[in-house]
Amino acid sequence: MTTITTTTAPPRARKLVGASRQQWIGLLYVAPAVALVVVFFLIPLGMTAWMSLHNWPLMGEHSYIGLGNYVAILRDTRFWNALRFTAYYTVIVTIAIFVVAFPLALFVERPRPLTNLYRTMFFMPAVVGFASASLLWSWLLNVDSGLFSPAAYDLGLIDKKFNLLATFQPAFWSIIAMVVWKVAGFTMIILMAGLQSIPQDLQEAAVIDGAGPFARFRAITLPLMRRTLALALILSVAGSILAFDQFYIILRGGPRNQTLTAVYWIFNQSFVSFKLGYGAALSMVLLVVLVALSLVQLWLLRKPEGLD
Amino acid sequence: MAQAASRNRRLLARIGEHSTGIIASVLFAAPIVWAVLSAFKPAQEARLPPLPPWPTSGFSLENYATLNSFGDGLWVSAQNSIYVSVMTVVLSVAVSVLAGYGFSRFRFPFKDLFFILILSTIMIPFQSILTPIFLVLTKLGLHNTLTGLVGVYVTLQLPFSIFMMRNAFDAVPREIEEAARMDGAGNLTMLWKVMLPLVWPGVVTIALFAFLGAWNEFLAALVLMTDQSKFTLPVMMTALQSGRFGAIDWGAVQAGVTVMMVPCLILFLALQRFYIRGLMAGAVK
Repeated sequence: MTTITTTTAPPRARKLVGASRQQWIGLLYVAPAVALVVVFFLIPLGMTAWMSLHNWPLMGEHSYIGLGNYVAILRDTRFWNALRFTAYYTVIVTIAIFVVAFPLALFVERPRPLTNLYRTMFFMPAVVGFASASLLWSWLLNVDSGLFSPAAYDLGLIDKKFNLLATFQPAFWSIIAMVVWKVAGFTMIILMAGLQSIPQDLQEAAVIDGAGPFARFRAITLPLMRRTLALALILSVAGSILAFDQFYIILRGGPRNQTLTAVYWIFNQSFVSFKLGYGAALSMVLLVVLVALSLVQLWLLRKPEGLD
Repeated sequence: MAQAASRNRRLLARIGEHSTGIIASVLFAAPIVWAVLSAFKPAQEARLPPLPPWPTSGFSLENYATLNSFGDGLWVSAQNSIYVSVMTVVLSVAVSVLAGYGFSRFRFPFKDLFFILILSTIMIPFQSILTPIFLVLTKLGLHNTLTGLVGVYVTLQLPFSIFMMRNAFDAVPREIEEAARMDGAGNLTMLWKVMLPLVWPGVVTIALFAFLGAWNEFLAALVLMTDQSKFTLPVMMTALQSGRFGAIDWGAVQAGVTVMMVPCLILFLALQRFYIRGLMAGAVK
């Protein structure tokens, strides 16, 4: 019956039948992806909000406590300290990454002999995982059989082996060094792409007009790099705010809980103390902070380019 | 005279440049090379200070053997990591190729909504919804299973890889498809035989990112895997490094770190241009 109607229908109607069949086919193609996002993202996201209103131990019944968890957060000085430390770390590490990555990007931008080799060498730590990098550095930073302290001692630079991880400042800067080592190559590639997209004739015209390297950098390179710089900044900030691996693996939050990050504290509350509802409420707070930052970032990227 | 002076100056500049480049290269590569070389020291020597970085009293696999005798062993964790990474690659490629094709070539209800939903998952990191993921997996009977971990990892890859694949399919001219359809190709034949060969650089790129993502992920694996026999390499190594199995054996840590790093480095060196291209595509977004 249906075959008859289709074959006898005018061409346009036949096309329409085909089109509506195509619709369902399109849905079928994207269905697995949507299902995964619903199960592993949308439902957990909704549950986070729901759980945050409950007292929810791992074992036993959970009970509704309204905004109780949020009230508790207000008094949770550890969490606020963790948030403050995370912000502090994010600012410092982002600056440090740029200070190293920008000169590297300028260095490898133009193709010259060996440039490809340099790019690869600078980038290698970026493909190593954060956990691997942290384990590697926990050995290098180790006071007895690591690299820095024993080598300095053996070379006679210090007269007593110094434990870099025992006090806040040296421990903090050790982590910064490790993260810069791991991430700078990644940021370098992003910045390099931005540098390469600047039209060469602009620079040449400026040279003819008598602009020195510094003037050219300020008047051409920086303004034309705005979007790239914003992007590199966003990636660095987003990564740093969620920092966990290096602080867990190398420092265990120490010395004296001074390097607990926000994610670390949520991890502690949820999976060490098993206060799942409270962990969810903490997650909601972090989530609000992150979404607000994302919106700022989108706005940063939307702003029109200086010269086009 | 003047010419010779300027040639000298240029030579000096070049020497300066390359010494900077070489020194910086050494700084970036040294920790990796150091760990890989040190892992081959005999256990006795691995406990001593690290200078020189290479084994002085003979090449040894002792550290790897020690590592394999911890807990359930290096090999069990390595197998878990391989399984999780390979499954993540296969599934995220399959799901993203289908979805990328669907988003690129078909019109259907809620299309834009679904696309935005998938891309927006990038804004809310999994770290903040890990507790309920844990509960959802428990409900599905996937708690403490490598399959559950794969599900999480595949989902993490989706925004990047679906975006990548949609763009790759968008770049294929419609005439090619029309010609194939005239030849009687059905939907799946079209995708498999006609389209896939044209977008394979994109497929390699997303596969590489999926592998590195799954192989290196730590927090979700730490939270979701509770049995030692289910530990992936990073989790097993952290347990070892925290001294949960006795005093820390730094020789074994070096061996473990080597096992974790080398596959990433080999893949990256072999597929560099895909990696960089993926980075750019992600950056343009």
